[in-house]
Amino acid sequence: MLRFILRRLASGVVLIVVISTVAFALLYVGSGDIARRILGQTATADTVAQKAASLGLNRPLYVQYGDWLSHAVTGNLGISWFTGQPVMAAITSRVAVTLSLVIGATLISAIVAVVLGVWAARRRSWPDRLVQVISVLGFAIPGFLIALGLVLVFAINLHWFKPTGFVQFATSPSGWLASITLPVIALAIGGIAGVTQQIRGSVIDALRQDYVRTLRSRGLSANRVIYKHVLRNAGGPALAVLAVQFVGLLGGAVIVEQIFAIPGLGQVAVTATTQGDVPLVMGLVVVTAIIVVVVNLLIDLLQAFLNPKVRLS
Amino acid sequence: MTQSMPLPDPSLTPAVEERGARVSLFRKLLKNPIGLIALIYLALLVLSAIFAPLIAPADPNLASLKDVLLPPGPGHPLGADSAGRDVLSRLLFASRFSIAGALLALVVAAVIGVTAGLIAGYFGGWFDSVSSWLAGLLMALPGIVVLLAARAVLGPSMWLSMAIFGVLLSPAFFRLVYASVSAVRNELYVDAARVSGLSDGRIIGKHILTVVRAPVIIQAAMITGIAIAIQAGLDFLGLGDASIPTWGSMLNDAFSKIYTNPGLMLPPSLAIALTCIALTLLANVMRDELERSASPAKRKKSAKRGSAMAAAEPGEAIVSHPEDARSEARAGEELLRISDLAVGYDQPDGSVKVVVNDVSLTVRRGEVHGLIGESGSGKTQTAWSILRLLPEGGRVVNGSIFFEGKDLANASEKEMTKIRGKKIAYIPQEPMSNLDSSFTIGSQLVEPMRVVLGLSKKDATAKALGLLERVGIPNPKRTFSAYPHEVSGGMAQRVLIAGAISCEPDLLIADEPTTALDVTVQAEVLNLLRELQAELNMGVVLVTHNFGVVADLCDRVSVMRNGRIVETGPVRSIFAHPEHPYTKSLFAAILEEGEARGELVPAANGPASGISAADAPAADAPATGVPATDAPATKQPASNERVGS
Repeated sequence: MLRFILRRLASGVVLIVVISTVAFALLYVGSGDIARRILGQTATADTVAQKAASLGLNRPLYVQYGDWLSHAVTGNLGISWFTGQPVMAAITSRVAVTLSLVIGATLISAIVAVVLGVWAARRRSWPDRLVQVISVLGFAIPGFLIALGLVLVFAINLHWFKPTGFVQFATSPSGWLASITLPVIALAIGGIAGVTQQIRGSVIDALRQDYVRTLRSRGLSANRVIYKHVLRNAGGPALAVLAVQFVGLLGGAVIVEQIFAIPGLGQVAVTATTQGDVPLVMGLVVVTAIIVVVVNLLIDLLQAFLNPKVRLS
Repeated sequence: MTQSMPLPDPSLTPAVEERGARVSLFRKLLKNPIGLIALIYLALLVLSAIFAPLIAPADPNLASLKDVLLPPGPGHPLGADSAGRDVLSRLLFASRFSIAGALLALVVAAVIGVTAGLIAGYFGGWFDSVSSWLAGLLMALPGIVVLLAARAVLGPSMWLSMAIFGVLLSPAFFRLVYASVSAVRNELYVDAARVSGLSDGRIIGKHILTVVRAPVIIQAAMITGIAIAIQAGLDFLGLGDASIPTWGSMLNDAFSKIYTNPGLMLPPSLAIALTCIALTLLANVMRDELERSASPAKRKKSAKRGSAMAAAEPGEAIVSHPEDARSEARAGEELLRISDLAVGYDQPDGSVKVVVNDVSLTVRRGEVHGLIGESGSGKTQTAWSILRLLPEGGRVVNGSIFFEGKDLANASEKEMTKIRGKKIAYIPQEPMSNLDSSFTIGSQLVEPMRVVLGLSKKDATAKALGLLERVGIPNPKRTFSAYPHEVSGGMAQRVLIAGAISCEPDLLIADEPTTALDVTVQAEVLNLLRELQAELNMGVVLVTHNFGVVADLCDRVSVMRNGRIVETGPVRSIFAHPEHPYTKSLFAAILEEGEARGELVPAANGPASGISAADAPAADAPATGVPATDAPATKQPASNERVGS
């Protein structure tokens, strides 16, 4: 088991290093004359050269990358070119907000998908068709359109929620809950659509397995067999889909945060992108990669817990 | 479809067949109402985009201060936006850019993904591992984060963003093509093409591309929808090129006026949502139609399989042998009485396919009643109907199953749950698939005992260990904490027997309990069953296709054929005087087989020696009968169980 974890961890670290290398090369080469961009067209060639030297941009790319990497492993991702704020601080102050949205949406989609998926798999007739229609629509309609629809209906017309603004959990737990309800629902609908289909399919498959009949022949009720045995066996493929959904939700959060004016990573990303704040963008890419790797590792562990065969392979 | 067919001319047939399939797929798409509507919508969309300059009432970028936020009216059919530009004109021109951008992403993704997938799947080697790894890498980051990073250095170009997004989407095609190609690569007809001297290029073109074409088209519809969504998302964030109208930039403009003019959101939202839905539905309909056109072969097979079972012709008289002294002496009180049982499966067209008909039999306490017949004769269906655990769609359509005074055919699910395990238990045929691979063997024994007998965890564990020891497992503790895949088939079958007797049932349903086991293990398991049956004085319904097992264990036997019992009576009497032609032919089949095997003849040869086998050491049992009926059963183990699916 320990070897399993270590191996997954190692491959995750390799992934992060590769992503950061590629991103660094593309960002720093692609940006062209960075010092000129920061100082604007009116700056003299001298000041531009000075700026480039002070940012260390006149060194060879691999030296710059080595420099960045040696700082990055200590948690120092450099300094924003436009605000002067450390990149790490800009990200850590926002990451909790985004993660609470995305994790909330992931959990809700998992729970709702299990309920809907099992329902559709067992009833098969009209509930099945209903679930199919819902998941096709939920999958097809982009998340930000759903978010806009929710704002229009529940915030602007019905006044149930405030359309924008975010309340810190520490300030008011109930206010926090109210402020993330619509964004989380908007994000969750797409996730529910994808995971429900998977759960439905794998529950139908699992229900046909011989051991289901045998367990029931021992006097276990259908519900018990489904929720304890079938779901555990159907869980593996569903978790794999959930992991993919998580990556998608992380991307969806960028847009949804913008709609609800939530100060998360998405806002930082959009600002940094429009300004061309390369160190900040670089930091965001790396942090996103780390989040994805950690989540995949957690999902792998959960898979191994659910299915003993994974532990051995 | 083409995968498992032995084709006479490998270089021609698949392509021809595939072309026909493609034409008919398109036709089916037109016949399907959802597919037709989606196609019409998309066609209108593309036409309106192409002819936008002709249709649009105004220049999409012409701003007019006096028209700012004008409601729909004569000059502006859909109103004007916050800069006074005509919404309808912008929408029409936006379609051009949004669709073109999505198509660019699609082309980039398809070219990279399909090419790499073909090469990696067909040739394998280092390219395979490198590209698979790269595909994983590309899918690791959320697309929009990569696009934001690209936008930071490259500036706001829709074409560049969409080309990059195409690269990010290419793994979707890569994985699809890779999977189909590596599956097809080793098919016989591809081998045949290679042997017949076709070059790799021609093989890929003729055989491989035809296999992946349909899935690629389906994937393309999905990918286009995703590209449209992400492109709209980027422009909605205000990160797009401000000089060109797109659905996303219209939405961005409308969003800034969401309080005063929420209606402005409608046109671009509808355009995005409807287009994405149309593409997804189109993909779904195509997938459904493809699956449906692939299934006739399957359906034919199952119909054949079903007809073997369903041919329960009416009328034939059952040969019933009278009781003899021996069978009378063994029998106790009556446990189970099945009368006129019929089992049927609901068909999609509303009819019911009857697979078991007019079955009547009784089992008394301490008596072993064998149900013998070839695969598909309905014996397993009869066994499952006693437990009321028929596969999906199957049910008792006629007759009664009286057990301890209660008709199980009409019992509620709740009543059945109380009876199963505690009163009637079940030993399945295939040991491995009947254990849940996700739980330890111990927990699968303990759980029912706790539920059914209400034992504490400690007591149930102790009892489970005792049971494992009783069924002859050498190291009960280790097996208890092992997972099913960690023990042998013979051990697993012992575990299943332990599970079946764990709640001390009155009646045991054993469905070919030794068929899946090695010959040497079969004897041991039969011995164990006989001992346990005597020890617990259980009634047993033993399903088998093996007269040796019948001779060894049963007091009474019913011969089944085509869903009906053709002959029934005490074992000794039937072995001595088989009367029904079918029973006789079964014995004859054993004889034929026996001659070839020499030493097997004496055991199954005459009725007398057949009976003596019942008292002989059980090691003889598997050797006595490996009748001809064994062959169909082992070749298609699933065929007699899976009628409904």
